[in-house]
Amino acid sequence: MRSAIIATSLLIAFLAAPLSAFASSGGPELQEANIDLKDKASLQRGAKYFANYCMGCHSLQYMRYNRMAADLDIPEDELTENLIFGDAKPGDLMTVAMRSDDGLNWFGKVVPDLTLVTRWRSPDWVYTYLKTFYVDDTRPYGVNNLIFDKVGMPHALINLQGIQAPVYAESHAAEGAAPHVIGVELIEPGQLTVEEYDTMVRDLTNFLTYVGEPYKLERRSLGLYVLLFLGLLFILTYYLKKEYWKDVH
Amino acid sequence: MSIDSAQPAPTGALGWVDKRFPIMRVWSEHFADYYAPKNMGFWSFFGSLAMVVLVLQIVTGIWLAMAYKPSATEAFASVEYIMRDVNWGWLIRYMHSTGASFFFILVYLHMFRGLMWGSYKQPRELLWIIGVIIYLAMMATAFFGYLLPWGQMSYWGAQVIVNLFAAVPGIGPDLSVWVRGDYVISDVTLNRFFAFHFLIPFVLAALVFLHIVALHRVGSTNPDGIEIKAKKDENGIPLDGIPFHPYYTVKDMVGLVVFLAIFSAVVFYAPDFGGLFLEPPNFQPADPLVTPAHIAPVWYFTPYYAMLRAVPPIGGSQFPGVLVMFGAIAIMFLLPWLDRSGVRSMRYKGNLSKGFLAAFAVSFVVLAYLGLQPASELATLMAQIFTVIYFSFFLLMPIYTKLEKTKPVPERVTS
Repeated sequence: MRSAIIATSLLIAFLAAPLSAFASSGGPELQEANIDLKDKASLQRGAKYFANYCMGCHSLQYMRYNRMAADLDIPEDELTENLIFGDAKPGDLMTVAMRSDDGLNWFGKVVPDLTLVTRWRSPDWVYTYLKTFYVDDTRPYGVNNLIFDKVGMPHALINLQGIQAPVYAESHAAEGAAPHVIGVELIEPGQLTVEEYDTMVRDLTNFLTYVGEPYKLERRSLGLYVLLFLGLLFILTYYLKKEYWKDVH
Repeated sequence: MSIDSAQPAPTGALGWVDKRFPIMRVWSEHFADYYAPKNMGFWSFFGSLAMVVLVLQIVTGIWLAMAYKPSATEAFASVEYIMRDVNWGWLIRYMHSTGASFFFILVYLHMFRGLMWGSYKQPRELLWIIGVIIYLAMMATAFFGYLLPWGQMSYWGAQVIVNLFAAVPGIGPDLSVWVRGDYVISDVTLNRFFAFHFLIPFVLAALVFLHIVALHRVGSTNPDGIEIKAKKDENGIPLDGIPFHPYYTVKDMVGLVVFLAIFSAVVFYAPDFGGLFLEPPNFQPADPLVTPAHIAPVWYFTPYYAMLRAVPPIGGSQFPGVLVMFGAIAIMFLLPWLDRSGVRSMRYKGNLSKGFLAAFAVSFVVLAYLGLQPASELATLMAQIFTVIYFSFFLLMPIYTKLEKTKPVPERVTS
């Protein structure tokens, strides 16, 4: 028993110590997306927003239209009418027509595919990113981003969110250094209220999190059955062992 | 209890086979009449569990290979294809990626057990050496396998490690090109890494077989480090021994179920394990033009990576660091001859041995942590200190094991 405790604490120390490395990486703090993968209505809205505002440039090239429709309870006629543009078929991957050369010419870089964006960034990162564009005349599209400095992308949702200005730190920086942006503030409201825009961005983040791992809910619910089965098996094997070992002294 | 007297010759189908293949003798020598110490407690689980995980890795690996494409243009997409379009593909892939980390966790615990029980000491030197070779083969397999998803970390991790060969004086640059098959990590490299990643696990299985043959020749040791064969009853059965089957088969089953529960909890609820088992940058396809801000190998390699970075370049060459890194593993081969103690188990060794073993375990964990961190002055200094501690455990062993006073070892095992 004592050695079991030693081993367990060694293991925990070994695994947990490096985990803290990922907790603090500096930079502005991310806002919590508070998404809910079980909220189908939110996911459906997110899919709609993505198709309307993002898919002009960003693909979801590892995701299939019909998989999305099946998972999000989207009827096939609605899928083909509202979500599939061009001549793609329901079984196709969600690619875009834009060529990578176009991205290089227009934005200075190849427009990234977003299938896995919530997995190499994080849902909170995507949520915060979509909320923290601010005006910056030095940038080609007139906007910069609080957590993605010198971003090449224009603010695709600017009409909805409105215009945000940067908030600068009380400068202690050396003379002539660029002032440090620590936040943003809305200076010209868009078509949506702040709450409406937050909800929209949350829906989009929720949808992209779903797309990053479409089987996530299935994974969790299956896991419960597997653990229950192993729990039962543990009882059986434990008493079997006990029965055999009772004559070992 | 000799085999012939204990069991009548089998008849029927079993008898037919037994006349042509010594199936009953193998069963009896390695299971039914293989006597293991009755006091092997908790720490004896990890060897057999590691073997289960090896089988799991081979089986899930073969299934992954059925849909994986070892090509620079298709590899990343084929992994996502497995995750999304292959039936149960996500489960197979997560079992494989989680299995890789758990394989190392189990083997590290197994090796630590060996250090505590003195399992490397005479007459088990060869058993220990085969074990170290198994560890090397595991590391090679893991290294080759990590390139296959063709994510950013796969690519740049492989780039960093293969570049180590370039530090070898004289032939270095040519050697690294020879290893890659190209001037950079490319499609050619991916293809050969896939070939090796598929091959080495079978070599590993053969090595495990040899490991067990060697184990059964000398017998299992125990927390007391006593040879149970030294005290036998009138039938030649070790007094402190019990047949492996059924006692340890039923006991290992309990351990297996507990292990599978922990393993499943990770597979189903935290397959990324906070970015340790699956690193976030690896969800971006490899891009030879964009170097990630911070490159770190997977956690099970990071102790050695920290040592590599801890050694300052001499004359502009990284080679000393490379030597230290490989030396940290190579020195394990010498362990059976470094330990000059008269007793086997940590239970009866002195406080010096205990202290050095604890310091060694701590240094391994701290180095693993440091290897994951971006390099900083403080981190480098700490890595240097703990590298020295790591090596002093081995290099000072002939001195401190000779110096210290050991406790008397009992005649029979304690429970």
